[in-house]
Amino acid sequence: MKSIGAYFIFLGSMFVRRETFSSYIKLIISECNIIGWNSLLIVAITSTFMGAVTTVQTAYNLVSPLIQNYVVAQVTREMVILELAPTITAIVIAGKVGSSIASGLGTMRITEQIDALEVMGINSISYLVLPKIIAAVLMYPLLVVIAGFLSLYGGYLAGTLTGIITESEYIYGIRISFNPYTVYFALIKAVVFAFLISSISAFQGFYTTGGALEVGVSSTTAVTKSCIAVLLADYLLAELLLN
Amino acid sequence: MIEIKNISKTFGDTQILYDVSGEFKRGITNLIIGASGTGKSVLLKCIVGLVTPEEGEVLYDGRKFLQADKEEKAQMRREIGMLFQGGALFDSKNIEENVMFPLDMLTDMSKGEKLDRVNNVLGRVGLENVNKKMPSEVSGGMKKRVGIARAIVNDINYLFCDEPNSGLDPKTSLLIDELIQEITHELNVTTIVVTHDMNSVMGIGEHIMYLSKGYKVWEGNSDNILRSGEEDLEDFIFASKFMKKLKKSL
Repeated sequence: MKSIGAYFIFLGSMFVRRETFSSYIKLIISECNIIGWNSLLIVAITSTFMGAVTTVQTAYNLVSPLIQNYVVAQVTREMVILELAPTITAIVIAGKVGSSIASGLGTMRITEQIDALEVMGINSISYLVLPKIIAAVLMYPLLVVIAGFLSLYGGYLAGTLTGIITESEYIYGIRISFNPYTVYFALIKAVVFAFLISSISAFQGFYTTGGALEVGVSSTTAVTKSCIAVLLADYLLAELLLN
Repeated sequence: MIEIKNISKTFGDTQILYDVSGEFKRGITNLIIGASGTGKSVLLKCIVGLVTPEEGEVLYDGRKFLQADKEEKAQMRREIGMLFQGGALFDSKNIEENVMFPLDMLTDMSKGEKLDRVNNVLGRVGLENVNKKMPSEVSGGMKKRVGIARAIVNDINYLFCDEPNSGLDPKTSLLIDELIQEITHELNVTTIVVTHDMNSVMGIGEHIMYLSKGYKVWEGNSDNILRSGEEDLEDFIFASKFMKKLKKSL
């Protein structure tokens, strides 16, 4: 409970005594590059395979003369858009970006770089953390959109190349009974997950004490707590927005 | 001038500082000395506000620092320059960007003006043609010089140095000490240096405060420190065999 309280105080500190808007612009662009562009490859690889595996496994489980082939693509679409693209990508991002944020801030803490900012009269939480959170909230939904497209494309490749489903059946399957709300839901999840991953990781890193060993511990803890928070938020959002 | 009054600080069950008071005058190098773990760095952090003491007061030219609100503290901190033990240079920025950082954040100067100022202070600390190097590409001594340049790039009134020559060879240590003293006199700032290096103590100690086990034990300067009469201080000064021999010859 104490650390949850400290987390909310930490979040509140970002918005008091902020620096000028212009001083954040360059930092936000730089963080967008780190969080978004630098994560593109891993997101592309994981999402393409995620879609491919989903198609193959769905086809494996739907062996019935009563079920038409296009249903495989339909199921793949629903799973990818509603769950896999936002949530599994969030777990990947928590591992890559979350650990990077925590270890970066942890290293700044133990090498007194954060103290140097404080001594200059700069709100170090606002200066270091706010750009990361803004960049994550901006970039992560874009990554989810890309992950969604690539997952569907991965499913298409796996389905058509292995003969599970024809091209036209797959296209028909991913278009039939499409509810655009599922995309909005995925994007809402993306924004919430981005905020949780970036803020929890920053919190863990910012309050690192000790040396190099503790930086590693902070990094690991950041990933663990981010993943738990993402899964918890995933369930709560599903309850709130789908039921 | 900086005054500290009855500073006490505890971490958990361990009391680090006991009722420490003193004055640090402008235009001279004030040293806080003592053995490792005696509370020197904690006292310095209390003075700059990185650590909040349970009791006591810190006055910057009569202005109460600890009781000031966040805005006032931020304003007062803009008059402070600090050199950290490891330099505390920002890894992601090159030397020029590191030194320019306080100007970027705290002034409205044009890019040209900032660049002139940066080159000026880098020249002052004896660094030229290193502007584009990253902190990881320069030596420990150069990092300290860059740290000093960053500390003085703004118009500061107070300069703090936390063990400025730790990890440096004796010759470079001497150069850093001399640089700190020259800057103190040149800019007429209130300088506080935390150190346990006896070369620094004897070289630049215009005012010295000796701490032992969290208590202020002695105050004086480098002229009278060797004849302080304080047993604890003498144990600290004459710890090495060489210094013991020197003591006998005195």
